[in-house]
Amino acid sequence: MNGDPSKMSCAEFQAQMAELVGSGEDLSAHPHVEGCERCRALLADLTTIVEAARQLFPSVEPPDEVWEHIESAIKRDDKTAPNAG
Amino acid sequence: MADAPTPTQAPPRTRADGGEEAAQGTPTARSTAAQPPSAADAEVLARAQAGDHQAFAQLYALHKRRIYSLCLRMVGNVAEAEDLTQEAFLQLHRKIATFRGDSAFSTWLHRLAVNVVLMQLRKKGLSLISLDEAMEPNPEEGPSRSFGAPDLTLAGTIDRLALERAIADLPAGYRLIFVLHDVEGFEHNEIASMLDCSIGNSKSQLHKARLKLRDALRAQNRQEARP
Repeated sequence: MNGDPSKMSCAEFQAQMAELVGSGEDLSAHPHVEGCERCRALLADLTTIVEAARQLFPSVEPPDEVWEHIESAIKRDDKTAPNAG
Repeated sequence: MADAPTPTQAPPRTRADGGEEAAQGTPTARSTAAQPPSAADAEVLARAQAGDHQAFAQLYALHKRRIYSLCLRMVGNVAEAEDLTQEAFLQLHRKIATFRGDSAFSTWLHRLAVNVVLMQLRKKGLSLISLDEAMEPNPEEGPSRSFGAPDLTLAGTIDRLALERAIADLPAGYRLIFVLHDVEGFEHNEIASMLDCSIGNSKSQLHKARLKLRDALRAQNRQEARP
């Protein structure tokens, strides 16, 4: 690999992506990406995945029975606690 | 022991650093995973720590949705998610007095729930043994370095079912990071605290998880494109 980031190959850039992200670098501003349509498309795909994921998995409430079970278990715990009266 | 109120008797709308309201799934709610607790929330927490069962019921009402949703997203099975939620709150009840406020309560609670989930995954014989290993998935499970040709990009559209399938098929470590950050809306510093890893590690693992999802989605696209 040469030292000039703008002259990186796609393979070199993609091999370093996770490390770059981990160090806090904004990949979209990387010199290689600015001149590489293929890697820009890759980053666009990742953005699309993140946006799509936000539409998934609506958060839901557990059924009331879950609390009833927790309460029962807490009562059992309290009865078996060393200082249970 | 004083009878604890049912969750419906507890005030479910009070926020506790990212409790009930942060779980509504709206874009704005997603970014509020660890809001500072209000004085009222802190008081509820303090009372629960002192053994007040009504206060514990309030905490349950505040956090049940997020914890249950996390469990459901991780295991993909309603009955199992209910069991894990129950176990997480039981553990909370046993350990709540040890919470010292070094991190946000919701982060601490999520860490506890994540541990419960990981224990379950380990029992099921998945390759996930510990949080450390969750953060270092088998290299063979990592994203490939496929230097995608433009005609194999996702072109801005993703089939919902395909994405759900791809997330479910992620190795558990990647799925955990992806769910916590991209679905639950936790920040990397919170995830790092939950998983005992560096912020950089959280970022790089999330990136790998997204790459792996892309690999899976492109593979599905290729299959569908075959005559």
